[in-house]
Amino acid sequence: MISIRNVSKRFGPQVVLDRVSLEIEAGKATAIVGPSGVGKSVLLKLIMGIMDPDEGEILVCGENITRARSEHEKNEIRAQLGVLFQSAALFDSLTVYENIAFPVEQRFSLAKEQVHKKVIDTACSLSLERYLLSYPEEIPMGVRKRVGLARALIMEPSIFLFDEPNTGLDPVVGQEVYDLINHCRERWGFTGVVISHEIPEVFQVVDRVAMLLGGRVIECCSPEEFIRTSNLAVQQFMKGLTDGPIKIQ
Amino acid sequence: MPFVAATESIGRHVMDVSENWGRSCIFLFRTLGQAVRPPYQFHLFIAQLLHIGANSTLVIALIGLFTGAVLAVQGEYTLAKFGATAYVGSAVALSLIRELGPVLTALMVIGRAGSAITAEIGIMRITEQIDALRSMAVDPLKYLMVPRLLAGIIAVPLLTGMFITVGIFGGYAVAVGLLGLSSGTFMTQMISAVSSLDVYSGFIKAVVFGFIFGWVACYKGYTCGFGAVGVNRATTQSVVTASVAVLVVDYFLTSILTRVFME
Repeated sequence: MISIRNVSKRFGPQVVLDRVSLEIEAGKATAIVGPSGVGKSVLLKLIMGIMDPDEGEILVCGENITRARSEHEKNEIRAQLGVLFQSAALFDSLTVYENIAFPVEQRFSLAKEQVHKKVIDTACSLSLERYLLSYPEEIPMGVRKRVGLARALIMEPSIFLFDEPNTGLDPVVGQEVYDLINHCRERWGFTGVVISHEIPEVFQVVDRVAMLLGGRVIECCSPEEFIRTSNLAVQQFMKGLTDGPIKIQ
Repeated sequence: MPFVAATESIGRHVMDVSENWGRSCIFLFRTLGQAVRPPYQFHLFIAQLLHIGANSTLVIALIGLFTGAVLAVQGEYTLAKFGATAYVGSAVALSLIRELGPVLTALMVIGRAGSAITAEIGIMRITEQIDALRSMAVDPLKYLMVPRLLAGIIAVPLLTGMFITVGIFGGYAVAVGLLGLSSGTFMTQMISAVSSLDVYSGFIKAVVFGFIFGWVACYKGYTCGFGAVGVNRATTQSVVTASVAVLVVDYFLTSILTRVFME
């Protein structure tokens, strides 16, 4: 579904990703974990085509997004993606209703009634009915994440990218977001990529875990294997130890 | 060695400026490309026209009124030395139409709406709202920049027209009401001195200044750096760059238009 092949990305002299390769299977969810600043979010932006890699290529549903010549071509590929951003990235000037309706109104020329039906259906499935007329600044962060999820789900994407879905949430609301991701996966059946540094909590929503460190994928396996691995860096990261191969920058 | 270091520093600065120019021109061409590409979202354009134009009318009218009034007082003082106070009306009108109307309006719009546009787009950039647009296959140039650029090009000439009209009224009120000039003389001299070429000249300037305002405000917001400091810097740069650009371009436009219209 997503094929990342020998992708490298540098910012000036700093190598963030160094020939990273990763296969994300259709219908499965993969967590990309690792300490802060290892390039997890950069990898997500490369998959979305918002950044271009210095080397390598990324195929999304068989389409090479790194070779797309124009924004128009990239948009054709992006149409298959749904993204939940770290801060939800809702549009401040629009109400919850307008935020959810936004991608449909921009991408399709549907009648108002059809848009309204889609918005209401999506909002109801995520229990957002009472917030529809509120602005993003008026609702708590957990609800904003749900709105972000609804805004992406309304387009029925085949791939869903989650950028640290639990950042800024307390444990209870954080668990609610994980439950919601599982619920959405069951209902919409998308392929998922979850960027996170919350382990083992993130394991409940994924089938595979890939850990990034030093610009490379140092481990890629199932959550069970990840817990049992003898890789010292993985063990250090899992246990939150300060001594080990991972150096605090 | 200091010579080498100085040369390196100058070279790096020139490279940075050239790169920035190149990027801003690419940004402009891509935005203009999106402007002619359907679908056209008129409601976004109207919303920006309201924000940039309609919401600026009060401040523009106030400044126009007092600029006209000051011109009348200064004109009367200066022209009295030559026994030519009859020409106060033409001095006020020509100054406003050819120069002060377009320039002061542009500077006010840059200060009021330009800074707001840069800050708004900059905050959208740092809160990932622009990334969100792109992830939804919506081009931010088309959705955010095109309406603002076009609204600037339309709003600044309209506001300039209002500034000039109110300014002439302010000049008339002071010259006739306070300084005792004859109403007939003020109006006759003004009408005989102002030609359609003066009006064209002011209009062309206003359109160009509106274009500069939109281009700089959108570009600075779109390329804003990280965090509150990034937005702060982008907003300051937007106002300073656009204001300086308006004054520099004004000199060249005045030189060119005066020569063209005199021929």
